[in-house]
Amino acid sequence: MKIVVCVNHVPDTATKISISSDQKTIDTTGVTYVLNPYDEIAIEEALKTKEAIGGEVIALSLGNDSNKESLRKALAMGADSAVLLKGNSSLDSIVTANALATEIISQDSKLVFMGKQSVDYDSSIMGQLVASLLDYNIVSNATSFSIDGDKIIAEREIEGGKESIETSLPAIVTAQKGLNEPRYASLKGIMTAKRKTIEEKDIEISESHVVVNIMKKPEEKAAGKIVGEDASAVPELVHLLKEEAKII
Amino acid sequence: MGNKFLVFIEQRDGEIKKSSLEVIKKGSDLAASQNADIEAVTIGDVVNNLENIGGYGISKVTHIHNSELSNFSVSAYSELLISFALEINADTILFANTAMGKDLAPPLAVKLNAGVVVDCISLDFKDGKLTAARPVYAGKAIVEVESNLDKSVYTLRPNVFTIGETSDAKAEVVIKNIDTLNLANKVVSVSKAEGKLDVAEADIIVSGGRGMKAAENFGMIEELADILGAATGASRAVVDAGWRPHSEQVGQTGKTVSPNLYIAVGISGAIQHLAGMQSSKYIVAINKDKDAPIFQVADYGIAGDAFEVLPALIEELKKD
Repeated sequence: MKIVVCVNHVPDTATKISISSDQKTIDTTGVTYVLNPYDEIAIEEALKTKEAIGGEVIALSLGNDSNKESLRKALAMGADSAVLLKGNSSLDSIVTANALATEIISQDSKLVFMGKQSVDYDSSIMGQLVASLLDYNIVSNATSFSIDGDKIIAEREIEGGKESIETSLPAIVTAQKGLNEPRYASLKGIMTAKRKTIEEKDIEISESHVVVNIMKKPEEKAAGKIVGEDASAVPELVHLLKEEAKII
Repeated sequence: MGNKFLVFIEQRDGEIKKSSLEVIKKGSDLAASQNADIEAVTIGDVVNNLENIGGYGISKVTHIHNSELSNFSVSAYSELLISFALEINADTILFANTAMGKDLAPPLAVKLNAGVVVDCISLDFKDGKLTAARPVYAGKAIVEVESNLDKSVYTLRPNVFTIGETSDAKAEVVIKNIDTLNLANKVVSVSKAEGKLDVAEADIIVSGGRGMKAAENFGMIEELADILGAATGASRAVVDAGWRPHSEQVGQTGKTVSPNLYIAVGISGAIQHLAGMQSSKYIVAINKDKDAPIFQVADYGIAGDAFEVLPALIEELKKD
């Protein structure tokens, strides 16, 4: 079975974000990009699934040449091949979803993994959108996953608990932390990955219908008050919370 | 757009979620500002107190009913919701930004050819167009967006839209019984973290970081949370160390939260953590290092040892 894993190349979470002069995107100067942390978990699950039931793992990314770095990482971890869809993603998630869905169909893949969220635009609905476009089943926020023939049993995280889900292929599974512990790429894996070619496809990007008027920094909080430096400040703190903030 | 509003009411165990009440109130305010129609829909078996949403400004709610629908099924729920939205010709559809809301908004958007904007922290008409703001990069930036399609779907972040005044008006409840369901995708059981509030929905969060020194010291964090009726949170460092479950992690690779009060104990305030909690209404920091970045976002701070301050705080609050 062909297992597709979608990966995104995103600013490192330790990066400071500043807004570019167009006031619609971030200033990418000096920003370090990394493989989206949740996608690492998705890659691990794709590899584990392949090890359990056979097949091949295809890493898929939409973006520009720099995304190859994250595709390389997927290959180094053990993906069999990689495809880069060349084009700019949009803040309108459906644009990326359209591109991914088209490629998943052309790969004839019935099982797709991706991170539950990309830590750039944070929409956390990409898997659900692709599943809706393809009429695949969806398991979002997965914290456990197993497959037996066509049947899928999974758990997903919800507010204050977990849901156990039964569904079947074809399906899209979005990975939440806790699903697995991603492996480190072996030296051999890294060397092999260097020799593999990443297939590049020029694609047509659909039109964005959700458009950005402006991107801005959140309002800065005014510096607060240091109430004290030891336990003797506690009564004053409680007083402030009750009387000034009126919050407890 | 903005001619016919529909609000999806999420129920868990037959109870309406607070985040859905926030959406009802926001939706009814928006509809009123446009003299537009609004109604609500819920899906489930037993749903208690549905008529009370009248007090939040919506006078008609349809309860799509089948006993098999008590648990979530994304296949069944989305099919039923799509047909209902088409039937009433809804063009602006609102959800809470929850696990369920984020599973239902996308199929609705795809099948209705609607725009979709998730995790909105504001939603208002500007020059006649519905304009949403949502955080990106875990809140390090905010984008203001508009959908230019005839229909749009929005999910609203919990705890951001305040409910304000309500009345005891009652809504008309229309029960719609459904015979056949698409259960291709079905929740077979739900396990709850017993007696625990989720950080994403809590009004107050007490969070611990590496300054707590060991997993067993989180008993104090839990005790303080209990007294305040708060959820417990954690920094990435302590989740990575295995001291706390990932479901408690606040920050860029955890949850982004906006409670009324966020108490950070022994958390220095790495940029990933600050991004996830700086939109809290009030922030209290307790940390030994008075130069820690957490104090830059805190409203009130005690630059002292958590192991002295925390027990004193617990004692002080117990006096009430």
